[in-house]
Amino acid sequence: MDVLNELVAWFSDPGQWSGPDGIPVRTAEHVQYSLLGLLVAALIAVPVGLLTGHTGVGGFATASLANFARALPTIGVLFLIVLAAGIGLVPVVTALVALAVPPILVNTHEGVRQVDPALKDAALGMGMRGGQVLLRLELPVAVPLVVNGLRTAAVQVVATATIAAYVGVGGLGRYIVDGQARQDLTMMLGGSVLVVLLAVVTTLLFAGLSRLLVAPGLRSLAAAHR
Amino acid sequence: MNAVWDWGSGIVDWAVANWSHPGDGERGVWPLLVEHARLAYVSILIGLALALPLGLACVRWTRLYPPVLTGVNVLYAVPSIALFFLMLPYTGFSDWTAIVPLALYTLVILLPNVVDGLRQVPEHVRQAAIAMGFGPMRRLLTVETPVALPVIIAGLRVASVATISMVSVASLVGLGGLGQLILSEGFRRQFDAPIVVGIVLTVLLAFATDALLVLTQRLLTPWARRDGRRGKRRHRATVPAGEATAADAGTDPTQTADSGNGARPWTS
Repeated sequence: MDVLNELVAWFSDPGQWSGPDGIPVRTAEHVQYSLLGLLVAALIAVPVGLLTGHTGVGGFATASLANFARALPTIGVLFLIVLAAGIGLVPVVTALVALAVPPILVNTHEGVRQVDPALKDAALGMGMRGGQVLLRLELPVAVPLVVNGLRTAAVQVVATATIAAYVGVGGLGRYIVDGQARQDLTMMLGGSVLVVLLAVVTTLLFAGLSRLLVAPGLRSLAAAHR
Repeated sequence: MNAVWDWGSGIVDWAVANWSHPGDGERGVWPLLVEHARLAYVSILIGLALALPLGLACVRWTRLYPPVLTGVNVLYAVPSIALFFLMLPYTGFSDWTAIVPLALYTLVILLPNVVDGLRQVPEHVRQAAIAMGFGPMRRLLTVETPVALPVIIAGLRVASVATISMVSVASLVGLGGLGQLILSEGFRRQFDAPIVVGIVLTVLLAFATDALLVLTQRLLTPWARRDGRRGKRRHRATVPAGEATAADAGTDPTQTADSGNGARPWTS
């Protein structure tokens, strides 16, 4: 348990908690990249998913996209984009967006598709227009799956943002990369522990978010989704 | 158009030229592809070997399932990069550093599918087997497992594709097959050909494995061929990213039952 003691020592060193390469700053950078990537991805994927789900167009395309995206090696995508677009924040966020879009898109699409046709009939019978059906019925019913997709994407983004350090930007990955360069195992492990903590916090946040966003009448359905 | 063609043929040329280095067994595209496949397949097989008894236990003792599933899901939230590094003090730079986390990750997909597959065995089928004098072991092997097979293989397909793409991440700890092509040959030397070759071969390996599993299923469940196509595709298409396999079976039990067309020979 030597490793554990050294890790505790690493975390309790006050120098670790201040300065431009301190844990707070690195964590903030990591959260910033992740949030930016997730936000842009959600802005693209949720509307498109709602539209394809509502109209039923492109179902095969989204399923194929999901399978293809699952097979893509994330570091390959990141390194290729960085190689093509240069080092910096924009290529890193672009890569994160590319990774986050498929899970959000597919879950949104499936969430809307899985709405009970009887409910849609009822909504149409009450005189709702297509747009109203989408926003007042399909979107709320799809929320559990959409949030599920967002969570999957967020965890993946937080994990992949670690690799951003390999392409010269900040974030918690710096500890891993710098630790590797200095042959400092404790530093690498410390960075890894921080990434794990951030991923777990992200998961918990989305569990809370899904509780907040899901309409009370749909709670039991949401429980089944978790 | 011409530029794209040149770029593409340049990459193919690179792949051919570096396919294997006779003098140096470690480098070259082919040895890395083999290493990639080995790491992925061993992880998937270990994952399956863990998921089957664990799933059986969860079906027998229902109270075991929620905590085990939660544990597996928490584990899945741990980023692979971090887990690979956390394995280093214990397994060093051996293959196990990649295999242990990858095998554990497959559980998040395999375990729910094994459990759902076994649970959807219709009660009257089970009763019929008991009435025919089948003991628990024979029932499991000759009745329940075949019925559960389509759902288990559906899980295997998702898990193997995810695992094959994740192996590349292990290149950061010096393993990772084609990932090494991407990282050390491509990125460290600022050269796009190895990265593209690495990505393309990873995707091809994933799709080839997927096709192999589809074929396996067709061979193992000949009775499902007639009318099973629709149900299977539906099951697969509705598996959202990540661990939602359990979720979509949980929300719509009829759907899983529908895809488990293995029940046919006993019901018709």
